[in-house]
Amino acid sequence: MRKMTGFLLAVSLIMIGIGIYRDETATVLNKAINICLECVGIG
Amino acid sequence: MADKKKKNTKINRNRWKIQLLATLATNPLLMNFFSGKIYKGKLKSICVPGLNCYSCPAAAGACPIGSLQAVIGSSKFKFSYYIVGLLIFIGVLLGRVVCGFLCPFGWFQELLHKIPTKKFSTKRLHMLTYLKYVILVVFVFVLPMTVVNEVGMGDPFFCKYICPAGILEGGIPLSLANEGIRASLGWLFTWKSCILLAVILLAVFFYRPFCKWICPLGAFYALFNKVSVYRFRIDREKCTSCGACSRVCKMDVDVYKTPNHTECIRCGDCIRTCPHKAISKSFSLYSPKEEKS
Repeated sequence: MRKMTGFLLAVSLIMIGIGIYRDETATVLNKAINICLECVGIG
Repeated sequence: MADKKKKNTKINRNRWKIQLLATLATNPLLMNFFSGKIYKGKLKSICVPGLNCYSCPAAAGACPIGSLQAVIGSSKFKFSYYIVGLLIFIGVLLGRVVCGFLCPFGWFQELLHKIPTKKFSTKRLHMLTYLKYVILVVFVFVLPMTVVNEVGMGDPFFCKYICPAGILEGGIPLSLANEGIRASLGWLFTWKSCILLAVILLAVFFYRPFCKWICPLGAFYALFNKVSVYRFRIDREKCTSCGACSRVCKMDVDVYKTPNHTECIRCGDCIRTCPHKAISKSFSLYSPKEEKS
């Protein structure tokens, strides 16, 4: 098995878990459900 | 074996259908274009794999690059384990397959490139491909982290000053349908519209200029092309180094030398073109030696 690939997959899953545990998804959701004024050119 | 190769060729010939499906799956709420509103459901805590503005009225998920800047620029966090972990996961599995098959903005540029005009090679502009890594580091990571206001919040610098997808998918549709937004437009909208116009014009004459030179998401996925589960393989016994694959490659990759180059978006044109059928795809965690044993 390609070790680097397997290692990165494992690390990525751990990072996703840490991010969910830290409630980063709430920050993402809060940003995504409001019109991003910077994105649409209002600033 | 012959059936598998036939299937692989069919997938690449029908790549546009996968791109269309991916665009619709990423933006299923088409009726919102008429209401001038965006989706506010919980699905938006999940990132889509390609570059797709979450202020697009039809978008059902979050933009990974926008979300990354939002978390980095928040006063609560200075790094996003969730988004970076997700991008690494997608990158390790697929690499730049996302660019070639799943990104709506990539497909948009391909459609523009189909407009019949003289086309120009980007081979001599190879140095510009490093610009997207600078944009990734500076505009997506460093600036939102370091340039903050009184309460410790940073702007999404890439989204605010560079991203043309936000104007195409968000700014223009929302300003057409929403009078309040239309009234609020100013110099920033003009600046980003100019960037969008430049990308549109360049995409007519050059293949995927934004993907090659600007896109920070493509830059991130590119880092994993050499280690991704999905990869291309060259059968050295069949390959004669004729260069047919390199000549057909619109991303300027010498496929027979570097089949998993960072610039390869896995479109498969090389596989279809190879006269010796020496290029194949693989989706496996095991190396070819391990697979044979």
